[in-house]
Amino acid sequence: MSALDDMLAKCQIAAPARPWPRLMVSVEQWSAAASEFAAGRWTLLALWAEPRLVHMATLEDATSRIAVLSLPCSQQGFPSIGRSHPAAIRLERAIHDLVGLVAQDAPDPRPWLDHGRWQVQHPLADKPTRGRGPQTYDFLPVDGPNLHQIPVGPVHAGIIEPGHFRFTASGETVARLEERLGYVHRGIERLMIGSTIEHAGRLAGRASGDSTVAYALAFARAAEAATGSDVSSRVHSLRAVMAELERLANHLGDIGAICNDAAFALMLAHFGALRERVLRASMAAFGHRLMMDVIVPGGLARDIAGEGVRELRNLLDMIQSSFPKLIELYENTTSLQDRTATTGIVSAELVRSFGAGGYVGRASGRAFDARRFPGYSPYDVLSFDVPVRKDGDVNARIWIRILEVEQSIRLIRQLLDRLPDGPSAADAAKFNVDVPSEGASLVESFRGDIFVWLRIDARGNVARCHLRDPSWFQWPLLEAAIEGNIVADFPLCNKSFNCSYAGHDL
Amino acid sequence: MRKTLLESLIHGPLTEAAPRPDETALAEVAQSLKRASRRRLGRSLAIRELDSGSCNGCELEIHALSNPFYDIERFGLRFVASPRHADVLLVTGPVTHNMREALERTYRATPEPKWVVAVGNCACTGGLFSGSYACVGPVSAVLPVDVTIPGCPPPPIEILKALLALLVGADKHAAQNI
Repeated sequence: MSALDDMLAKCQIAAPARPWPRLMVSVEQWSAAASEFAAGRWTLLALWAEPRLVHMATLEDATSRIAVLSLPCSQQGFPSIGRSHPAAIRLERAIHDLVGLVAQDAPDPRPWLDHGRWQVQHPLADKPTRGRGPQTYDFLPVDGPNLHQIPVGPVHAGIIEPGHFRFTASGETVARLEERLGYVHRGIERLMIGSTIEHAGRLAGRASGDSTVAYALAFARAAEAATGSDVSSRVHSLRAVMAELERLANHLGDIGAICNDAAFALMLAHFGALRERVLRASMAAFGHRLMMDVIVPGGLARDIAGEGVRELRNLLDMIQSSFPKLIELYENTTSLQDRTATTGIVSAELVRSFGAGGYVGRASGRAFDARRFPGYSPYDVLSFDVPVRKDGDVNARIWIRILEVEQSIRLIRQLLDRLPDGPSAADAAKFNVDVPSEGASLVESFRGDIFVWLRIDARGNVARCHLRDPSWFQWPLLEAAIEGNIVADFPLCNKSFNCSYAGHDL
Repeated sequence: MRKTLLESLIHGPLTEAAPRPDETALAEVAQSLKRASRRRLGRSLAIRELDSGSCNGCELEIHALSNPFYDIERFGLRFVASPRHADVLLVTGPVTHNMREALERTYRATPEPKWVVAVGNCACTGGLFSGSYACVGPVSAVLPVDVTIPGCPPPPIEILKALLALLVGADKHAAQNI
């Protein structure tokens, strides 16, 4: 009997929740979960809290089972998971900032999202207190001969999101990178509380603009799971078309941008043009270049335009005719390969332990893809490969993107070839439930798996929603990837990760 | 690589014809020029982009301005790395409390004469994030804003039109004051 089976047998079901059970656990069981993570048998999917309750979503690798565990929590807080499982450390720091619950014996008690500048402290607590006021942040101490520090950000040199990087270098070589994030914290989860499902969906769509389709899809799926409603197969198919277009646009943009950070601007020019074509075709088919607010809980805000299918087919033909030549160019340019190969290596062990998804995980041997497992409609009836590499360097992360571009084209073709008829409009009345209900979802964005957990109150509004961006489990690995590399390769490593600041900071 | 370069030469550029400057933005520029007389900027503006809390949607579209379809540099509009080199601050996002100081310091680091352009609904009005404990509100709550470009996110062509209005407006104004 596995550890999760044991809990499922012994624990009380906390509330009716779909598609995964939510269990009330004891302090001992909570701590037992920490040992499962530390032993590498479970993967942490999310860790978040409410005023008197701390939750974790976990995946048991051997049985491929997912469950949410909830621990009632008093003022004293909860036993730290981060103490034995580093992937949880930043999540626990965020829980303290937002809800005020303390992770006992946590290895890092410093604030994370709260820079002391908000109007309130613990904004998601029952009774938020006044803001702390600006405070200095203690970066980790670094000792050693001939070390110097380079502070970078929050305002960076390019058109990038804000965050602070503190490099400690010995000459050209990075001895340590410490990240400080939270600059773009907008309080999305607080804004969602009490809002309509429809409005919360729009907020979810702005957690990270580059993944607006994936977020809207993840939120819609959680809302539909909570209310036990399903959508037509046409809606499933069109949502997948949009999700794959988003993946295509981002991967194309990233491949060009990573090469540009290795000073090879020709690739950026070509891939920038390809990305623009995807956005224009998306505009023609779905009325918005990034397809924002098209996926709504219960359906679609609008169906594909009359000319949409033809436009998209032309787009795919166009990409397929020019893409191979550009990849050949990437492969045959030794000065470029010299920069990307063996740069910024992330070990398979770290990726597994952190449960890092997307190209970061798949470039280092972790095959997880939410479209495959737990899987969701319509991917169960489509054929596609999930590319995996083992090298874990910048080059491998580029190659995962290259191979996924090919798979997304293949998926969109299949979807367009057998686009089912049926209704697509959303029915808002579906969410007027009269009993509180809970739902969750795991959706594969271009960057990795997004986890959404949602509780709907008796009036059909959002009681609490948690969005976990894939970046939470990727940002810490960037610190590991850059160690021992030269400072000048940081932009290259950073772009190959392309973590979201906004999705992480919320 | 030679083949790819050659093909690019044969096919000609993807770059599209210049759009007309945005009328609303032109009016805004005229307004702000009345407020403060500024020296001639010439046909060139150095732009420093600053994300003050955006979801990164606006950044994607600002990035797109540099792709071959829009090729923003042909107009003398150039993104620069330092605010000390900039004439224009292109600000996105609902100004989070955590970014406010960085925004103010960036503004102070930008030499006069300078212009502030608010890009996207969040920067123009606070957008969906109005009223949050973590957000100050529109950029105008922190800095004097000269031009607003609404949209969620505004498409590159709209951003380009407004920036051209700034360029043309500044030019016209300079001509009147010679």
